[in-house]
Amino acid sequence: MDPSRKRKLRLVVALGAALILAGALIYTSFSASTEASTPSEVVASADPGRSYELTGKVAKDSVKRDDDRLRFVIADRDGAGSVPVAYAGVVPDPFREGREVIVSGEMKSGTFVAERDSLVTKCPSKFTKEKTASIGG
Amino acid sequence: MAGVGSACLFAGLLTALYAAAASLYGARSGRREVVVSGRRAIYCLAGLMVGATAVLQSAFLRSDFSYALVAEGSSTDTPTFYKATAMWATQDGSLLLWALLLSVFSSTVLFLTRRSLREIAPYATAVLAVVAGFFLLLMVGWENPFGTLASPPAEGSGLNPLLRHPAMMIHPPMLYTGYVGFAIPFAFAVGALITRNTGADWIRATRKFALVAWTFLGTGIMLGALWSYTELGWGGYWAWDPVENASLMPWLFGTAFLHSIMVQEKRGMLKVWNVFLIIGTFVLALLGTFLVRSGILDSIHAFGASTIGVQFLVFIALVIVGSTALVISRLPHLRSEARLDSLLSREAFFLLNNLVLVGLCLVIFWGTFFPLISEAITGTEASVGPPWFNRLTTPLALVLALLMGIGPVVAWRRITPAGLRRALMWPVLATALVLVALLALTSSAERPLAQLMFCLVAFVLAVVVQEFWRGAAARRTISGDPWPRALSRLVARNRRRYGGYLAHAGLVVLFLGVAGSSAFLDQRDVRISPGERFTSGGYSITYLRPTATLGADRAGTGAPITLGAVLRARDKNGKTFLLRPSRNFYPTQDGSKGAIGRFFEGEATSEVDVRWGLRRDVWTAVRPDISALDGPIREANAKFGDASGDVQAVVIAAIVERYRRHAPPATFRAIVSPLVSWIWIGAGIVVLGALIAAWPSPEARLRRARSLYAARLGRDLRAEAS
Repeated sequence: MDPSRKRKLRLVVALGAALILAGALIYTSFSASTEASTPSEVVASADPGRSYELTGKVAKDSVKRDDDRLRFVIADRDGAGSVPVAYAGVVPDPFREGREVIVSGEMKSGTFVAERDSLVTKCPSKFTKEKTASIGG
Repeated sequence: MAGVGSACLFAGLLTALYAAAASLYGARSGRREVVVSGRRAIYCLAGLMVGATAVLQSAFLRSDFSYALVAEGSSTDTPTFYKATAMWATQDGSLLLWALLLSVFSSTVLFLTRRSLREIAPYATAVLAVVAGFFLLLMVGWENPFGTLASPPAEGSGLNPLLRHPAMMIHPPMLYTGYVGFAIPFAFAVGALITRNTGADWIRATRKFALVAWTFLGTGIMLGALWSYTELGWGGYWAWDPVENASLMPWLFGTAFLHSIMVQEKRGMLKVWNVFLIIGTFVLALLGTFLVRSGILDSIHAFGASTIGVQFLVFIALVIVGSTALVISRLPHLRSEARLDSLLSREAFFLLNNLVLVGLCLVIFWGTFFPLISEAITGTEASVGPPWFNRLTTPLALVLALLMGIGPVVAWRRITPAGLRRALMWPVLATALVLVALLALTSSAERPLAQLMFCLVAFVLAVVVQEFWRGAAARRTISGDPWPRALSRLVARNRRRYGGYLAHAGLVVLFLGVAGSSAFLDQRDVRISPGERFTSGGYSITYLRPTATLGADRAGTGAPITLGAVLRARDKNGKTFLLRPSRNFYPTQDGSKGAIGRFFEGEATSEVDVRWGLRRDVWTAVRPDISALDGPIREANAKFGDASGDVQAVVIAAIVERYRRHAPPATFRAIVSPLVSWIWIGAGIVVLGALIAAWPSPEARLRRARSLYAARLGRDLRAEAS
């Protein structure tokens, strides 16, 4: 095979590999992603069995612990809607009433059942928002 | 004094603008003294930044709360070490740190190249001055660290307790040294493009800076991971959080750059690719700095709605557009001097390594920005989590490990298949033995991917050992030195090569730790009372008793109240050891919680206790349940709200003692992670390898001395002739 044909072949192979990687990237990310929503959105139109990432503020006087489950109510930032959450797992250090949180899970008969360890709290000061996440796959 | 600081910043902005203008004018008109004046302006800028930093630091150390920054980031009860490092915990202070590091590094590189690279240096000076000017503009225009408060508060808010960890305070300077360090080769690349000096001169002058920057950036990333492991309550070291990713992306591009410049130096190939890589690295470094400050992605460092996000975006866009236009206009000068002869060559393997690294970076980029991408494409904001990242990066990491093994034995230009077989025979044999041992002695076959990684680690280590052995043996046949002397001579003569091999070894050891700890960890969350026990990862852990202390925070972070537990862990052989996880409680300034309650209702951090080990770590964290203390706290608020500080201290001591005597069940997390310590050990080996590669070699010193002598001779002759 003469050199220029060899070079063209290599280029084709390389581009092909890049396309496969890009395809894997796009396909897996869109199918494995969780949609971000607010409490009012998830109460109004959640598909049961579908995973959502809920963002909002922890409502006042709503935090209760029973055994090792944490129960609280998430409200919209502007207070319009709210949904009760049942969460199991590590609670990040800054977690408190009135703070913004993000939690992933699904709706099950009116309660948002959260994935274990998926609670993230934003710190009210300029810094850190602490994240807890599941390790590995 | 704040006025002096602000004045330094404003003067710095003017100085940077002058430096850029003078360098450009001097280069264009050929007037050397104007160029020299531009260079001296950068030295002056460095001096101004040092002065401004000194003013700010002294304000922090004196706890001068008339400075807004000190009032929000420090307090009188913050320990001194954290007072000194609180400067870069704030947005404004970190911009000043960037400007300081950039001006000092620029001064250093310009001083070292003042007699060489006469064509390129002025343009590089201009680029560095413009970048410094951008950061100064941000500070002067929007985020001035020297803002003062009309009525200073009596007490500051204090440094966020989560940041009161030594690793966390060295982490930003390390990262910024990395980001800023990459600005140097970028500036010289732009200068080389403008002057059409597209040989390897700009690479040779700045590659040590690139290597040092790469090392600092990598160390900064590892410190962040270490902080996550030892300070946060979840027990992991990497969460694929946008800010973690933002620092990893420039590091990956930088690694690719360090490898591919060797191809340009040796064979004059990959010129366009190298320029593209260094521009990409610098843009990713800016992007990393921007991501942390923009609030566009939900993450650990999101500073909320930021006032400088748009400016960063504009600057990054300008850099990208400008650099791309420059590269395109100089394409004829960037033609390769040679062609790729064979796929079985070092050039080809470097190219492959580059493609994998850039591919890895693209995957991470896609996942990090996915919320914005999906919103643009489908209208709904969606995000991908750690499982997606792990799934896509693991195969790429495996390929990278394989390349690290084969690459070092492949020769430049071409190696025959037979030669390759000969070179890899012994390492492959060693790997096969390791695989047999793994199958026979461990249960690693349960996780095939991890087992594959273990085999690749063995392969790479075998190749590295073989290369050192071969090199030293060759030396011995010539010089007859004993082994240690031959080895040290070998490394001293080829610092870059053998330092690089050591870095490869360190990196696969790090991969070993990651594979072992993520595939084989055992995590347990329990809620138990004193006296009860649970098992995790082959250990039987008993909750012996609760602890409660005042002002005795082990980590030295200044926490007044510490509640914890003493655990006894017993392994399969009956050996026991104690673990003392605890939780620090910091007071809040919020008066609505009550005078006593505010000590319990502020921030709280988990102080984990880890038993480090080479084979496995036992990591524990506790979350004491203080809901039972609500009643006594309410009573105390009512009765002792107006009492003096001493009386309140006694009351708090009594409440805390009550916890110790009648502790309700506490929540524990225990994680047994095999091989996790090798991550830190591997990182250390990488740094050692990089140090060896970066160390000035005797030849370089000789060359420099010779060229200085020749330059002096030339000057004298010219002076005589005129």
